[in-house]
Amino acid sequence: MNETPPPACAHLSREGKTLVMKLGGDWRMTEPHPVWEYVMTGTRPARVVLRADGLGTWDSSLALFLRAARVWSGKHGVELVEEGLPKEAGKLADLLARKPVVTATRTGLPNLFTAVGQASVKLWAETKDIAHLVGECLFSVVRFFRGQAQFRWQDCFSEMQECGAMALPIVGLISFLTGVTMAYTGAIVLRQYGGDIYVADLVGLAVVREMGPMMTAVVLAGRTGAAFAAMLGNMKANEEIDALETLGVSPVDFLVMPRIGALLVMMPLLALYSNCLGIIGGLCISRSLLDIPASLYWSETKSIVDLSDINTGLIKAATFGILIGVAGCWRGLQADRSAAGVGQAATSAVVTGILLIVVADSIYAVIFNMLGW
Amino acid sequence: MNAPVASPARPPAIELAGVTCSYGDRIVLENVSFTVQPAEIFFIIGGSGCGKSTLLRHLIGLKQPVKGSVKYSGRDFTAAAARERKELLRTFGVLYQGAALWSSMTLRENVTLPLELLTNIGRKEREEIAVLKLAQVGLAGYEDYFPAEISGGMKKRAGLARALALDPAIVFFDEPSAGLDPITSLKLDELVKEIRDTLGTTIVIVSHELASIFDLADRVIMLDRTVRGIIAEGEPKALRDHSPDARVQEFLNRRLDPLQQQTLPDLS
Repeated sequence: MNETPPPACAHLSREGKTLVMKLGGDWRMTEPHPVWEYVMTGTRPARVVLRADGLGTWDSSLALFLRAARVWSGKHGVELVEEGLPKEAGKLADLLARKPVVTATRTGLPNLFTAVGQASVKLWAETKDIAHLVGECLFSVVRFFRGQAQFRWQDCFSEMQECGAMALPIVGLISFLTGVTMAYTGAIVLRQYGGDIYVADLVGLAVVREMGPMMTAVVLAGRTGAAFAAMLGNMKANEEIDALETLGVSPVDFLVMPRIGALLVMMPLLALYSNCLGIIGGLCISRSLLDIPASLYWSETKSIVDLSDINTGLIKAATFGILIGVAGCWRGLQADRSAAGVGQAATSAVVTGILLIVVADSIYAVIFNMLGW
Repeated sequence: MNAPVASPARPPAIELAGVTCSYGDRIVLENVSFTVQPAEIFFIIGGSGCGKSTLLRHLIGLKQPVKGSVKYSGRDFTAAAARERKELLRTFGVLYQGAALWSSMTLRENVTLPLELLTNIGRKEREEIAVLKLAQVGLAGYEDYFPAEISGGMKKRAGLARALALDPAIVFFDEPSAGLDPITSLKLDELVKEIRDTLGTTIVIVSHELASIFDLADRVIMLDRTVRGIIAEGEPKALRDHSPDARVQEFLNRRLDPLQQQTLPDLS
C-alpha cells in the first residue's frame, strides 16, 4: 500500500522512420510527468506511434499529453498512431479539440463613447429610481397622517434606539475630537494676534452651524445607512420583501418609513449632543493650552452662538437624517439578490449618503446666506 | 484507477467505523459504520434533519467526529497529522449545494485556484487543465464568465469542474439536484456517471432526489433521525422492493405509511 508507484515515463525508440513512444508508469498531474514539447525537442520523424507499455493509473495529465501530441502531429503533418491507450483518455483529449458549442462571447471593454453613454443611461435610471422612492415615501407620509399606512411603531422605536442611543459613544468621541482639533488649529493663528479668546467663537460657531450636524451625519451614514442597506438587501435576497408585497403590504410603509422616521427624530438630538461635546472639546484645549478660564470660554461662546445658529444646525441635521435613511433604504431595495449584492449595497449606501449630505449642506449654506441666518 | 468496479485487492475508498457526530451536547449520529468501494456511486439518503449533511461535513473534514474513524484508501483521516490530513484533503473534491463558486473570480480562475495553491503545476498547464475540466462539464467557451453571469445549473457544473480540478479519487456532492429543473438535474446525473466511467472516480452523493437515486446509485445508506444512524444499506431498487422497514419503503416509494396517514388532517 505504501509502495511508491512507478513514475510516468515516455521511452523513445526508432523503427526506421517511425518513432515509437512507449508510455508507462502512473500519470499524475501533481507528480513530474513527460511534457510532449520537451520529449520531441530536436526530433522530426515521419510517423509517431504512441504505445501504452506498463501504463498504470492516469489522470488529466495523460489527456493533456495526448492532446499536445495530436496538435503537434497535425501542425507538422506527422502521422500519429495511438496503440493501446485508454480510450477514456482519448475522449478527454477530444473534448479539448471540440469547438465550444456556445456562441456567447464576452464583450471587451467598451470604448469611451459607449462607456459615457452607458454611465449616463445608468445615472438617469438611478435618478428615476430614487425619485420613485422619494415619491413613494411622500405618498406613505400622506397615508400615515390619514391613518392608512402599515407603519410599525415598534420597528421605529427599535431603530431609534439602534441609530440614536447606540450611536452616542462614537458620535460623542468624534465630536469631542473635532472640537479639540478645531481649537488647536484656531489657536495657532489667533494666538499670533493675541485673540486667544476667539477660539471659543470659532469652535462654537463652526461646531453648532456646521461640524456638529455634519460629523454626526457622516458617522450615521457609515453606521446606520450601511446597516439599513445591508438589512434590506438581505431581506430582498431572501425574498422577504417579495413576501410583503404579495401580502399587499407596501415595503415603503413597512420597512422604509420607520427607518427614515427614526433618523428624522434622532439626528437633531444627536446633533445637539454632538454640539455639546464639540464645545467641551474646544473648552478643554482652551483651558489647558491657552489658559482661558472655563467661565470666560462659556460666556464667549454664549455671546456668539444664538438660537438661529442652533436652529440652522438642527434643520440641517434633520435633513441629513432623511437623506441617510433614503440613501440606505434605496440602495438596500435595489441590491442584487446575492451576498456580493448586499455588500455592494452597503458600500453604495455610505457613498450615496455622504454625497447627498455634502450637496445638501452646500445648498443650505446658500439658502441661509440669502435669508441672513 | 479507471476500472469502474470495486476490486477486493484494493482498500475501500472510504471506510467509516463507529463514527459519532454531534453539535455540542446534541448527538446527531451515533456509531455509524459503512464502506464505499473505489469507483462506486454511493448515496447517503434520508428525510430532512436525519443528519445527511452533518455526516458529509464530517466526511470532508469540516467537523471532527466525537468518536470513531474515517479512512480514505486505508489512511486514517481523523487521526492524521496536519500534513497527512492536507494530503488527504487533496484526494477529494466537493460540490456544495449552492456550488460555492468564488464570485469575484471567473470560472477559469475558480478552477485554476486549487491547482495554483496546492500543486506546483505551471501556469500554462493550469490553464489547460481549467479548459479541459470546464469542457468536461460542458462549459467550454465560458472560461471568462463570472459566476453571476451564468445560470444555476451552469454554476453547479462549474462547481463540479472546480471539484475535479485536482483529479480527485473521490468527489462528494451535497444535494446536487437542489434548485435545478428535472432536465438540468438529469444532465447533471449523466455528467456524474460520465465522470465515474471516464476517470474511475468514487462518487458520494447526499440527496433525497428519488429519480437520481434510482438512476445513479450503486448502493445507498439511509439515515433516520429517530435511531440517529443507518436503518438500511444496499442497492436502491432492492431496498424499495424488499426492505422490511416501513420507513425505507415509505421513503423510496414516496408514499406514507397507512397508520401515519390516518393522523394527517383531511385536506379535501
